[in-house]
Amino acid sequence: MTAVSATASSTATRVCTLADLTPELGVAALVGGEQVAIFLLADGSVHCVQNLDPFSGASVISRGITGSRGDVPTIASPIYKQVFSLLDGTCLVTMDKEPKEGRAPDLAVHRVHLDNGVVFIDLAGGA
Amino acid sequence: MTTEHIVVVGGGMVAHRFTEAMRARDTEGRFSVEVLAEEPRAPYDRVALTSYFQGRTPEDLQLGDPALWQDPLVTLHRDSRATAVDRDRRIVTVEGGREVAYDHLVLATGSYAWAPPTPGADLPGVFMYRTVDDVAALRGWVEERRAELGRPVRGAVIGGGLLGLEAAGALQSLGARSTVIQFADRLMNLQVDEGGGEALKRLIERMGVTVRCSTATQEIRAGKDGHVGSLLFADGGEQLVDVVVFATGVRPRDELGATSGLETGARGGVVVDDTCLTADPAVSAIGEVACIQGACLGLIAPGNTMAEIAVDRLLGGASTFPGADMATKLKLLGVDVASFGDAFATTPGALEMVYADPVNGVYKKLVLTDDAKTLLGGVLVGDASAYASLRPMVGAELPGDPAAWILPEGSVEKGEIELPDDAGVCSCNNVSAGSIRGAVTDHDCHDLGAVKACTKAGTSCGSCLPLVKKIMGTELEKAGIEVSNALCEHFALSRAQLFNAIKVAEVTTFSEVIERFGTGRGCDICKPTVGSILASLYNAHVLGGDRAALQDTNDRVMANMQKDGTYSVVPRVPGGEILPEHLILIGQIAQDYGLYTKITGGQRIDMFGARLEQLPQIWKRLVDAGMESGHAYGKSLRTVKSCVGSTWCRYGVQDSVGMAIALELRYRGLRSPHKLKLGVSGCARECAEARGKDVGVIATDKGWNVYVGGNGGFTPVHAQLLVEDVSDDDVFRVIDRYLMYYIRTADRLQRTAPWQQEHEGGLDRIREIVVDDSLGLGEELDAHMARHIDSYEDEWKAVLNDPVRLRQFASFVNAPEQPDPTLAYVEQRGQRRPATPAERENAPVLIAPTTLEVRS
Repeated sequence: MTAVSATASSTATRVCTLADLTPELGVAALVGGEQVAIFLLADGSVHCVQNLDPFSGASVISRGITGSRGDVPTIASPIYKQVFSLLDGTCLVTMDKEPKEGRAPDLAVHRVHLDNGVVFIDLAGGA
Repeated sequence: MTTEHIVVVGGGMVAHRFTEAMRARDTEGRFSVEVLAEEPRAPYDRVALTSYFQGRTPEDLQLGDPALWQDPLVTLHRDSRATAVDRDRRIVTVEGGREVAYDHLVLATGSYAWAPPTPGADLPGVFMYRTVDDVAALRGWVEERRAELGRPVRGAVIGGGLLGLEAAGALQSLGARSTVIQFADRLMNLQVDEGGGEALKRLIERMGVTVRCSTATQEIRAGKDGHVGSLLFADGGEQLVDVVVFATGVRPRDELGATSGLETGARGGVVVDDTCLTADPAVSAIGEVACIQGACLGLIAPGNTMAEIAVDRLLGGASTFPGADMATKLKLLGVDVASFGDAFATTPGALEMVYADPVNGVYKKLVLTDDAKTLLGGVLVGDASAYASLRPMVGAELPGDPAAWILPEGSVEKGEIELPDDAGVCSCNNVSAGSIRGAVTDHDCHDLGAVKACTKAGTSCGSCLPLVKKIMGTELEKAGIEVSNALCEHFALSRAQLFNAIKVAEVTTFSEVIERFGTGRGCDICKPTVGSILASLYNAHVLGGDRAALQDTNDRVMANMQKDGTYSVVPRVPGGEILPEHLILIGQIAQDYGLYTKITGGQRIDMFGARLEQLPQIWKRLVDAGMESGHAYGKSLRTVKSCVGSTWCRYGVQDSVGMAIALELRYRGLRSPHKLKLGVSGCARECAEARGKDVGVIATDKGWNVYVGGNGGFTPVHAQLLVEDVSDDDVFRVIDRYLMYYIRTADRLQRTAPWQQEHEGGLDRIREIVVDDSLGLGEELDAHMARHIDSYEDEWKAVLNDPVRLRQFASFVNAPEQPDPTLAYVEQRGQRRPATPAERENAPVLIAPTTLEVRS
């Protein structure tokens, strides 16, 4: 989701600075032992989703290609190319595949806080 | 309901069609079919027999889906010649004495090759031209004689008809000289008139084949070694030969019919009515053995029609033989020849309209009714492109000036042809224009592949495909279905159009490209496509500027992502030649990082299991030792595979390794619509399997042959000959242009084989463009390739020198060196591989990545 909160809540973790991010190129981060993928888009918005790709079981979402379907900003998995919404994590294109056993096809979305150019991720707060 | 048993005698193309049609249409399983084939193989495409000489194997001639023979209601017996039919007991006897009972018998025994009684016709070195075995024996003989004689083999083909010219082409492609000896006054006298015969002769002589018409062969004489040695002609002339092929026609194999008391025609053949039934209601005859409407027909199209009619009748249908369409279109020795309808203008009052251009070897004739409006037939030699449109119009009025169809393109406006629904379009498979329209409108077939699959049109000889495509296009347009070649929702252009747009506008960034030619933010389809186009055009670093975010999975980190998110690393090994110290280094790196090693199909070594953050360290060691990126991750040149060639091999005639290295260094880093693989073989034995590559270079004793458009993968295709016996310099020039032209015009992810097939005019047109420079593009393509070669840099070396780009190889933005904690491996055959989900539950066997000993 788009980052707008002025101050980080108590459950948020400091991850990096905005200067560490390159537009349209994702990065992975470890937050409390969990892997997340963070994207700075060309419009300045920052998004965070789970790094685990439900269709391959590999932690690679951060290395996918960003884009759009209609007005929705998206990320495509680098393994089997499923496309997910960066706004709510919905899987928009399944490529006729099923997720790995026991996994939901959609990605978990995490709240992003920006504070003076510092990026915080809040695992507690969903989309 | 009991199943009735049909026995088909004969295992040729028509027997195949009968069986296939029966299984497709007999949905209730009323009939079982047992096929008795004399040859030791399943039915094959006899029409394509000559292609066996272009390096193909008998398997390539396979007809239809081989699963047909696994059908529980179908039995195929090979090596099973039927010797007798007892119609009273309804029993067929097979050689060896086995008896097979039938409820219904289908004779599909075809023809045998007939040779006029000639003294010496039994000498070693005299061949027929009918079966795969004939053709294989001929090939073996020519190759053996060439080795023994140490000079080109001298061949002669007796017979200048369709089959004779096929055989002459076969001899040519085996490297033998060939002379066609024709009894009639012109070549293909059954299909073309005098003018057409003259044009054909000139064209074929240009290919290096000698033609002797009006010549009778009196005797074949042995040479000193007892093999065939010379031909003696009735006019007293003599010619030295090392191999002779008889192609003097075929005769129906009607002996089973005759010996079982069925009526045979005056010129042979088992007499049948218009439903292909003999006088015995339990016996049908189809194909070349059937004498239908008073004649035996030696073409595949009427044979297939008979097979369909027999099936229809057995299933209770009422279709009858409509009369044979003896229209023919073929490519013999690279020359187009077509003949259709009343080619000899025998209709009373018929007019002949002729266009002849002896310089370019073109002869075209239309036969029209006396008012010059209705098409009756025609002959096309040298350029038969109008055949697909004209043949179905026989009997119909041609719109506009008929001369437009035979004059050079553009000199007179052609009328728009709208075929009636019942006009036949594909005569091989008897598909009408209406069926093709139906496939588009009722069965939602919106591309050529779907229409072909649905109707079978164009699946045999393919000559009607341009027409099928046209009818489909018109129908789609009428239905308001837009045939979109848009890349994705962000670009309405196709890849080729976008390539051109970017080149002309000279834009260099994705943001400019999408702003000028697209909409939105892009996606995983258009971003890598634009990334690839920019790389092909400007050869700037794939991770430079804003381009890293455009690259697909592998290009993005210049390594191949594996299923667990780790990567494999492949340094370049040009031509497969590698220094011992580089082998040791690769082994050392694999040991240090615990990487799984495997030899690739492209003669290099792949190291699997490297983590993102390890890639720069690994590449630093490779680059320091003088190795460079192998681009195994790119839609770009991969490898140039080679055999060891003349430097070591006892048989090699050229230095294939040297050529492969030169090619690999020339094209390394070249980004293209799909991956490119090349191969170089040092002699005709072709150990490098170069014809399975996009570009295959094969040594000859005079230079190199260049083949193009080969593919392995999902749809394997052998590469086709582009140029012959050329020098090293010409190899480079021709490949430069071929690759550049492909890069500019192919679709996204379209490999060379389908590109070549779908290119207008096929390989012939591509040859005109890249070899003969017919579009005047040569210089531009050459300059583009020269720019690529001059601007090449090792992209891994460049990244190692750039701290900004190196940051993209951190595992985690807040823990750049920490390995992905979810990776887990087990040991197998002394190396590691990713653990399966089940193995992950069983923790003790796992090797975690953090425990690996890593030398920094």
